[in-house]
Formats: sequence, structure tokens, C-alpha cells
Amino acid sequence: MAARIGVVTFPGSLDDRDALRAVRLAGGDPVPLWHGDEDLLGVDAVVLPGGFSYGDYLRAGAIARFSPVVRGIVEAAGRGLPVLGICNGFQVLCEAHLLPGALTRNAGRHFICRDQWLRVENTDSAWTSSFEPGGEVLIPVKHGEGRYVASAETLAELEGDGRVAFRYLAGNPNASLNDIAGVTSADGRIVGLMPHPEHAIESLTGPSEDGLGLFVSVLQTLTGVPEAVSA
Amino acid sequence: MTALTAAEITGEQPYAELGLSEDEYQRIVATLGRKPSPPELAMYSVMWSEHCSYKSSKVHLRQFGDLPGRERMLAGIGENAGVVDVGGGLAVTFKVESHNHPSFVEPYQGAATGVGGIIRDILAMGARPIAVMDSLRFGEVDAPDTARVLPGVVAGVGGYGNCMGLPNIGGEIGFDPTYAGNPLVNALCVGVLPAERVQTASASGAGNAVILFGAKTGRDGIGGVSVLASATFGALTSESGAAPARRPSVQVGDPFTEKVVTECSLELFDRGLVVGIQDLGGAGLTCALSETAAKAGNGMDVDLDRVPLREASMAPEEVLVSESQERMLAIVEPAQVMEVLNVCARWGVLATVIASVTDGAGDSGENGGRLVVRWHGEKVVDLPPASLVEDGPVYERPMQRRAPLPDRELPRPTDLRAELLSLIASPDVCSRRWVTEQYDRYVLGNTVLAMPDDAGVLRLDEETNVGVAMALDGPARFAALDPYTGAKLALAEACRNVAATGAVPVAVTDCLNFGSPEDPEVMWSFAEACRGLADGCRELGIPVTGGNVSFYNGTGDTAILPTPVVGVLGLFDDVTRRTPSAFQAEGEVLLLLGETRDEFGGSVWAWNAHRHLGGAPPAVDLKAEQELAEVLVAGSRDGMLSSAHDLSDGGLAVALVESCLQGHRGARIVLPEGADPFVALFSESAGRALVSVPRSEELRFSDMCEARDLPWTRIGVVEAEDGPLELQDVLSVPLDELRRAYEDTLPNIFGGDAVTHN
Repeated sequence: MAARIGVVTFPGSLDDRDALRAVRLAGGDPVPLWHGDEDLLGVDAVVLPGGFSYGDYLRAGAIARFSPVVRGIVEAAGRGLPVLGICNGFQVLCEAHLLPGALTRNAGRHFICRDQWLRVENTDSAWTSSFEPGGEVLIPVKHGEGRYVASAETLAELEGDGRVAFRYLAGNPNASLNDIAGVTSADGRIVGLMPHPEHAIESLTGPSEDGLGLFVSVLQTLTGVPEAVSA
Repeated sequence: MTALTAAEITGEQPYAELGLSEDEYQRIVATLGRKPSPPELAMYSVMWSEHCSYKSSKVHLRQFGDLPGRERMLAGIGENAGVVDVGGGLAVTFKVESHNHPSFVEPYQGAATGVGGIIRDILAMGARPIAVMDSLRFGEVDAPDTARVLPGVVAGVGGYGNCMGLPNIGGEIGFDPTYAGNPLVNALCVGVLPAERVQTASASGAGNAVILFGAKTGRDGIGGVSVLASATFGALTSESGAAPARRPSVQVGDPFTEKVVTECSLELFDRGLVVGIQDLGGAGLTCALSETAAKAGNGMDVDLDRVPLREASMAPEEVLVSESQERMLAIVEPAQVMEVLNVCARWGVLATVIASVTDGAGDSGENGGRLVVRWHGEKVVDLPPASLVEDGPVYERPMQRRAPLPDRELPRPTDLRAELLSLIASPDVCSRRWVTEQYDRYVLGNTVLAMPDDAGVLRLDEETNVGVAMALDGPARFAALDPYTGAKLALAEACRNVAATGAVPVAVTDCLNFGSPEDPEVMWSFAEACRGLADGCRELGIPVTGGNVSFYNGTGDTAILPTPVVGVLGLFDDVTRRTPSAFQAEGEVLLLLGETRDEFGGSVWAWNAHRHLGGAPPAVDLKAEQELAEVLVAGSRDGMLSSAHDLSDGGLAVALVESCLQGHRGARIVLPEGADPFVALFSESAGRALVSVPRSEELRFSDMCEARDLPWTRIGVVEAEDGPLELQDVLSVPLDELRRAYEDTLPNIFGGDAVTHN
């Protein structure tokens, strides 16, 4: 039986349907979750999709973290539930302190949408285990507030523990510190990244199919299949 | 007040300040049999404005009413947007609309609410909006005010569309001094809906409730249509003072509210909870109430006190004409009212019953069939709704043929390499990446092609791969030389762009941007453009499904270039067959389709090299365009084409450079014997495309061209990855050098991110 992967819809979520499609194409069973429900419907993992949750009023992700569903996710994450935050979802995870650091306005000040090369730095997490270590992938970025910042101690800890999941290659689109595009939690169950793997799942509609790797990884993690299948 | 009577309304009325002429005012008095109350006067002034009533354009737009190819149309001109049946139970709706004047006053909000407004038009047809596009015009790229207007407009288009979760899949940008004080922002939206779910903006059924939902009503955008969109800037105040003084007339947008209003509306449609729906745009509540009532031949009894306000001190006329954004009006049967309010509450959308429908046949008492508005217990408006919508003035404005712009002999270059590099770096041609990177093209996951491809292509159905293509073109310099031919060329180019991707062109939307209709030469240009577009559509057998007219565009006393922008919708049986414009593989054969003539009138070369605009535009032959389109579509269907790129601005030279750069491959070109390399490279003859075909398909493809009498010329082959663009015995330029020239212009002017040359 396919693992059930929840995708949360906040008011203002935009890439929720794309994330559901990515789960489906990777072979999972996609389950829509509503922001107002603390009940996670027994899903095996959760994706917080991109968008502008609650209009990004105040600060990106700042209101979403107080929603009932995020309360449920924080609690379940404490028990090891795999969680993926994409773009706005990454911002929510940082606001909820499930991941360290913060996302600030792009150094170029503009929203930027482009196909971005990334290096997969960590292949031990629940969401990156199917990649080759050091593999290079092409995945779109699209954000106005994606500049990853953290204190010097936090950065040193992330680098030292190998918790940088993805790093920008061939040009850093937002001046993120250490070219960081995504990070993992200490236990490797939670990953947040600014690029959009759900937009790189079909060659017809994306620049590559590299993004499927994150969804394949979590399905393998959940079913206990160890070896790598995609680069 | 029990009734509005002549005795109670006395004294001079400020009709002129509201943009009404003496004649128009007298017409209102005659209609009502008394002087209008202040709210009534405000309502007539906005509904009879040029923007809402099309009073100067109506007589010319009638030509679009009986064009061929309407069998597919489920809704057309007069609706919020045209709807086209695409088969398999699906329909597509699309429309382009202008938001020019507000975008000069306040670029970000002007452009943002332009996008928001067209999205609501699409939503009001019952459709889920699935993509946006934009056609923009600015003053000279390095003019000081362009540095204010362009970045603001681009950020506004991007900000609204990105936050709404709609991919921006293409469009166009142009520059000319005439747009310096009057940029053009034309926004297009595409939506998809089940064919049987087309909604109507009709207040049918006496006793039905009228529900206003979405944002609260504030003082923003008061008189936007009459003050901003229906007069030339600079007429009332000095040019420099015009923009800030009119800022209160610009609406303020909130895409997050629009997103939840959209999801909420779609749930209402899905569950069949509304009998009529209308968006609130220009002229606000006045327009939505009167149009829905007039359409059904019914009246309305409106309790204006129930409208949720941002500012309690608003006067009734302000509430009636406010253009606050993100509002919709639904007509709902009494039994469904509670459920509608529940759905709105679930989405966090404010919803209020503000009126009830009254019977036009007179069964609802003395107010039946009339638009009655009550405020603080008094009746402040009592008029026949059709008088606002249908009885507005219609003008046959005087016209005067404009003298042709003189031509002169332009010296032609000898150094074609330098000319090529200069041309691809020119503002009219250079890479739009600085702009398009600010737009999300990926959201919703169905974008098959987007800029810089010739047209945007969307998948509609993941099972069947049915899809649509959409292109937007407005060759203003051609229209300036000859508005009739220019409009046909706009149509031809948009069709060609759609066909280049492999889609069959089926329907048209248009946005006609012109100067003051009170200028007989402008009026003549407008009439000629309408005639050209109508004739063109008739020749191609495709209908105009809807559009928009924007007058009073100019800078000081100078009208903008006549700018008819044409959007063409194309259909795909299978979007996996789409043809990109990038070269795909080394060794593939390059064919130039169509005929090249010595045509430089209105060309980018003439403007870039000589600042010259004169002579005649390229000849247009729509029969030849149709043959070209059929070949491009057949080539895509049968898998014969690797790439296709339409030839337009900058001719073959620019098409070659773009296909090389997008494909990261060079090309080796050998011109036919006796061809003048300058003409071959830079002429802008219409009806042409550059295609690459695998060698194995060359014979089959060229045979097909022969069979269809389409001229074709083998001009070279695709080179290796990162190889140069080489024109034998004429020029050779490495890709890197081409890329720098093509990519750096806008970033150098507008700053921001350095472009990664990858």
C-alpha cells in the first residue's frame, strides 16, 4: 500500500495542487490537509507547499505557524513525522522553529523565477536519500524572500553536522549565506528548501524531473527501501 | 424623502466636473423627467463615461459582431469575456483589458489592479483562471520617468499574478517616446471551465437576493473610469502635477483577498449556488447592479446601508461608484442564501445581502423594474437600469484621414556584424529576462511553453493532454504607418506565434489603445484599425470574442502610436506535440518559410539605426499566413519539426539569434545565391517562420510545403553546442558575444540581479 503524504492548504497556498501531483507521480497517496484542522488524518508525512499563506501579512509564514494544522505538525514532528517545507513552507518551518534560521528579502530586491542548478549536499535525510551524494539537479526557484540567514554559530553547526541539504550552483539567486538553498533538522526528518521540486517532475512542464527525487526519497524512507534510484 | 421629485433637486449640478457634456446632462434630465440626485448624477457620469459606454467606439465595434467561426463560441462580445468550446466538455475563456492611465499615476498599483480586474472578468464567466499575460508600452527605455514607471509596472504585474498563483506565460514590451507620459498596461487572463457551467451576469428571478462578497468598499478608485480613463492627462493640471493629484482615483489591490474570493466563487459555481454573477470593476457597484438588472429586464431594491465600508463617513455616491478591488456580486435564490453565506465564511470572505431583485413586469409594485437605492431610510436613486447601460450616448465622431508619415532613403550598413549586435541589444529586441524572471511561470504545473517562446502553451487536462496556446501582439509602428494594415499585421503575428508552437488559431481578443477620440485623425486611425481587424478575422475565419477600447492615451498634446493589441487563442489536441523556438540538435536543417521582400517601413532596424518611422508597413497576405500556419501545425502534429520561430521584429537575424541562444547552439547559414544579405537578415516581411527539421524529415517537410504552395528556402544547419552563429562570407559571432549583447541591456539600465549567463 502506498504511503499517505499530506499536503496542507492554507488560505493563500498556491502550489498545493502541484505538490499533490508530485506525490502522486512519485507513487504516493496524496492527502489534502486543511489549515484549520489540527487532525493530520493519520498521514505518514506532510508537505507544506509554496504560496503566500494568509497573504504573507506581517512576515512570510508568520501567521501560518499559529494555525491548528501547524500545531498538529509540530507535535507529530517531535515523534519523527517526516515534514517537507517548500518555499513558503520552508518559511513556516523556520517561523515554527522546526528548522533554524530565517528567510529574508532577496538581495536583488525582486521576485525571481528561474531554473536553478543545485548540489545535493546531504543524502541522509528522509527527503534526500534517493539522490547521489554531490549530485547536481535543476529545479526552479521563484520567490521574493528566499535569502537564507542564520547566526554564525548556527551556520557553523549546520555545516559541521552536514545539515545543509541543497546549495545553489552557478549563481546564487538571492545572496543566501553559504549559498544555502535548503537545510535539514538534526534528526534528518524535516527538510526545508526554497526551490520548488514539485515544478520539476515532468519534462513537459518543468526544466527536469529532478524534483521527483525528494518525493521518491520519503516514500523509500517510509517503506524502508534503502538504495538510491535517481541522481 | 418618499420620492425623488423635480422640486427637491435644484441649483447648478457639477456634471461637467464629472465628465458629462451639457447634452449628456440634458439627456439624463429628460430620461428621469427631473434633475438627477447627486448619487444618480454620479452613476450616469461613470456609466456614460467613454470607458464604460464605448460611446465613441460602439459604431465601429459593431463590425466584430458577425464574424465567421462563432460555432465554438459559448459567450461573446457583451459578456465579461468570450468563451470558446474546446471539446471534451471543456471551455476556455480569455480576454485582454487595459489599465493604462492608473499605471502612469501609480505604476505598481495601477498594473496590479489591471491584472486583478481581468482575473475577475474571467472568474465571472464561471472559470478557474489559469494564466495571465501582459502587453506593455513605455517611453524611451533610458528616459528618466521610465525608470519610475517600468520597474513599478513589472513589479505590479508580477506581484499580483504571483500572489494569486497564476503563471505568467508571455506577452510583449515596446518602447516609444509617445508613451512617456502614458504607458500601456494591457493584461490578459485565460480561464478554463466545464462547458455547461458558463455563468451569466444576469439578475433573473424577482425576489432573489443580491449578495456582495469580497473586500470592503472604500474611497479608493472613486471615479476611476470617468476621471482617469476618459480624459487626456495634462488637460486639467500641469503634466508634472497630474500624476500625484489623481492618486486617489487609483485602486489598491490585495491579491490574497482575490485568491480567497476566487476559491470561494469557484465553490459557489461548483455547487450551483448562484443564478447570476458579476465582478465589480470599473464603475463599481453602479455597473454591477445596473448591468445585471438590465440584462434580466428586472429591477433592484438596494439597501446601500448594508454595504460593508472601510470608512463610515462615505457618501452614497461614493459607495456607488467606488472601484475598490476584489469584490463580486452574486444573484442567489432565497433558499440558497444561507448556504452561500456559509461557503463565504469558510473561506473567510465577507458576504452581505444588499439588495433584492424586483420584477420588470411590474408585479413588484411601483418600484418593480427600477433600480432603487435607499440610504439612511431615504430613497436616493430611482431610475430605469437600462438607461445607465443601454441608453448612453453614441457618437459618430468626425474623422480625418491622417497624412502618411513621409519616407526617406535610409543609408544601409556595410558592417552587418556590428548592425546585428546593435539590433539585438536595442530595447525593442533585447532579452526580456529582467522582466519575465519577476513572473512565476510554473505555478499550477501546466505551463508547457512560456516566454521567450513564441506563445504561451498550457495543458488543460493531464489525462488527454488537450491544451491551448495564447499569443499577444501589437505592432504599433506598423499601425502608425497604416492603421488598417497594422491591425491586420497584429492579427497575423499573433496567429503566426500560436501556429509556430503547433496550435490551431481559433479566436481573438483585442485591446485597442488610441489617443483622444475627439481628435479626428485619431478617430480615423481607430476606425481603420477596427476595419482592418474585422476584415482580417473574416479572411481567416476566426471571431473576435471580446475586448476593450482605451482612448485618451497621449503625452501632452501628442497621441500615442495607434496600438491595437491582438490576442489569439489556439487549440492543441495534444500539447506533448508543442514546438519550441530553441534549436534542439546539431546538424538539423534550417528552413526559412515564406517570402522575403525588401520591406523596412516601421522596422526595428529603421528605428534603431536611424530613428526613422515612415513609409509603408510590410504587405500582409492573410491567405499566405494561413498556409504558413497550416504547415506549422501539420509539422508539429506529424513530428516533423524540432523548432519553429516566427519572424517579426528584426527579421531573420533576430529569429536566428534567439533560437541559437535559447538552444545554446550555433548555426551555419548560407544565403541563397543573389540574396542581399542586409535584406535577408533584417527585413520584416510578414508571413515567415524559421524552422529546424531533422535530416530524416527534410524531404517530407519540404514536399508538404511544395504541395501547399508555401515558399521555402534551405538556409543552413544547426551547429554544435555553444558553436558560433555564422553567416557564410558575411559574419560570424560567438554565442557568448551574442548573449552579452542580447541579455545585458535591461539589467544595465534597471539594475538589480546580474544575469547569470548559463
